[in-house]
Amino acid sequence: MSKAVVTDEKLPDLPPPSNTVGPVHWVKENLLSSPGNIALTIFAAWLIYMLVPGTLDWTIISAVWAGGADACRANPEAACWPFVWTKWEQFIYGFYPAESRWRVDFAMLLLVVGIAYLMIEKTPGKRYMGLFMLVIYPIIAWILLYGSVFGLEEVKTNKWGGFSLTLVIALTGIVFSLPIGVVLALGRRSNMPAIRSICVVFIEFWRGVPLISVLFMSSVMLPLFLPEGVSFNDLLRALIGVALFSAAYMAEVVRGGLQAIPKGQYEGADSLGLSYWQKMRLIILPQALKIVIPGIVNTFIGLFKDTTLVLIIGLLDLLGTVQAGIADPNWSIKSVPYTGYAFTALVFFICCYGMSLYSRKIEEKLHTGHKR
Amino acid sequence: MKLKTLLAASAVVVMGSSIAGAATLDDVKAAGAIKCGVSQGLPGFSNPDDQGNWTGLDVDVCRAMAAAVFGDASKVEYVPLSAKTRFTALQSGEIDVLSRNTTWTFSRDNNLGLEFVGVNYYDGQGFMVRKDLGVKSATELSGAAVCTNTGTTTELNVADYFRSQGMDYTVVAFEKADEVVAAYDAGRCDVYTTDRSGLAAQRVKLSDPDAHVVLPEIISKEPLGPAVRHGDNQWGDIARWTLNALINAEELGITSANVDEMRNSDNPGIKRIIGADSELGAQLGLSSDWAYNIVKQVGNYGEAYERNVGPNTSLKLERGVNELWSKGGILYAAPMR
Repeated sequence: MSKAVVTDEKLPDLPPPSNTVGPVHWVKENLLSSPGNIALTIFAAWLIYMLVPGTLDWTIISAVWAGGADACRANPEAACWPFVWTKWEQFIYGFYPAESRWRVDFAMLLLVVGIAYLMIEKTPGKRYMGLFMLVIYPIIAWILLYGSVFGLEEVKTNKWGGFSLTLVIALTGIVFSLPIGVVLALGRRSNMPAIRSICVVFIEFWRGVPLISVLFMSSVMLPLFLPEGVSFNDLLRALIGVALFSAAYMAEVVRGGLQAIPKGQYEGADSLGLSYWQKMRLIILPQALKIVIPGIVNTFIGLFKDTTLVLIIGLLDLLGTVQAGIADPNWSIKSVPYTGYAFTALVFFICCYGMSLYSRKIEEKLHTGHKR
Repeated sequence: MKLKTLLAASAVVVMGSSIAGAATLDDVKAAGAIKCGVSQGLPGFSNPDDQGNWTGLDVDVCRAMAAAVFGDASKVEYVPLSAKTRFTALQSGEIDVLSRNTTWTFSRDNNLGLEFVGVNYYDGQGFMVRKDLGVKSATELSGAAVCTNTGTTTELNVADYFRSQGMDYTVVAFEKADEVVAAYDAGRCDVYTTDRSGLAAQRVKLSDPDAHVVLPEIISKEPLGPAVRHGDNQWGDIARWTLNALINAEELGITSANVDEMRNSDNPGIKRIIGADSELGAQLGLSSDWAYNIVKQVGNYGEAYERNVGPNTSLKLERGVNELWSKGGILYAAPMR
């Protein structure tokens, strides 16, 4: 009688072989797996060695953190952060009157709260909040910033500036470009020749000219065509230019999404007897827009950074106020321009990376197996 | 026929509105502030200070005009303009006066529909080189790489100068002054050229300011001054005589500190300008204490100079040719009588 070697208990899992775990293995597998990989690793290490210590030293370790211009003058070979602290309010509010700055704060607070509400999962009434942010919020923000109603003192747009102006331009572009872009994309795929050609001409015109020339035309040429004394607000001109420009880009992004929807979806919607708008609103656009979220956000980020071009038409956005601050003779120190530009870059990076993160989150949330 | 009528009608509308816009003084008074075109930041001439107030020599001209018109130097609306948009802004009526480090030239005065009212800073283009190059004069600069700004008269002046001297050179041009300085500091070029006021302003940003020297040659005349729209002579006179009042006040020794005492002075020249019964203001369509307000609130030209660009500021610009004619400079304002 042979003895059965059967156990009804699960044997404990053995640890993986020692040469497939641990940091040494990770390094071998990921950094040194092939000659090409080794070369790249060495190159990357060299790059990090060249860039990181110097950057850290300049921006943080040796940098001047407190004091005034004199402290920076004593140490011109490292970042001069007091410059940013001193001019902080200008960088944020531009020349907005100090006693009315709470209005800008309030508008920004509303924006942050609104976006947070939309980002946090499972908050009730998201749809209405989204609608509120897209339609009502811009009106509230405009009233808050411009004033002249409800007893708020009027603050002319030439006093606007700094980061708040950057936000105004970028958000106007974002809020207007998506709906206009969707309409243009639908128009371009329309069967009606008149609508189609109008949309094609519009899109191709705005996509074909650089934003800088759009801004330039709006600020330099337009006033010459208008009779003397009649003048459009220059911020408004820039806003219209930016919105139309980004709408054209958005239209092409959305059209890409529309074309990616299988024909069966269109036909299915038709066979259900849905009207054109029902079909688009219920079947096609929700799928199409979902596919092109990366493209849409890409356009938004591009738009956000393009807002700095308003500098050349004399609007002082964040970059403009930083450059104007650099020109202050009290701060004419070697490190000041570099610090100013580093600060600007940091602010823009935070904003753009934030948008990118948010879009990734939305993508995940809306993920229904269409991605591979 | 119909088209012709329409054209004629629109022409009337356009002309009508331009006639309506002709009296700048009335427009300014109705708006409650002078719209003043300034730079987007030029050290010592127009730049915002730590509190966000515009300061500078060019800004003081606008403040003086506001003091003259409203009796309040703060009634100025500043419009930052890039070098490219400045003239259009004035032509189209977006601003009332352009005080933006602008060189008075023939073609600008005549072609662009501008009216320069005077000079508030005599500048000239100069060269800066490293001391260790051993260059003593601009005539030794043959073959040099020259760093400069694009799109300004500086680039053209360099071309003229080197051609007239029969020398070769290469241009390394940048859009912003900061980039030019950085390139020069990094050794990408041998020579840095711009207006001498600009050289002084940028020099302190170099790694070792003392290792550089400004060459004696001045290769261009750059009379910088405020400009107004062509065609409104009254407004042009207000701008011109505001500037002259600043300079004459210095010549007569009237300062913001002593203007109240001087008001009761027996000197007829002083009395005519700031006296309580001065008749000059009425001739400009302004109040009788216009010049008093200018000096009281802005100071005289010398005070503005010392405050913004003088030896005690970081620009450290000596008065030089911008000294009064009676003290060896070329600042010479027409008498106010």
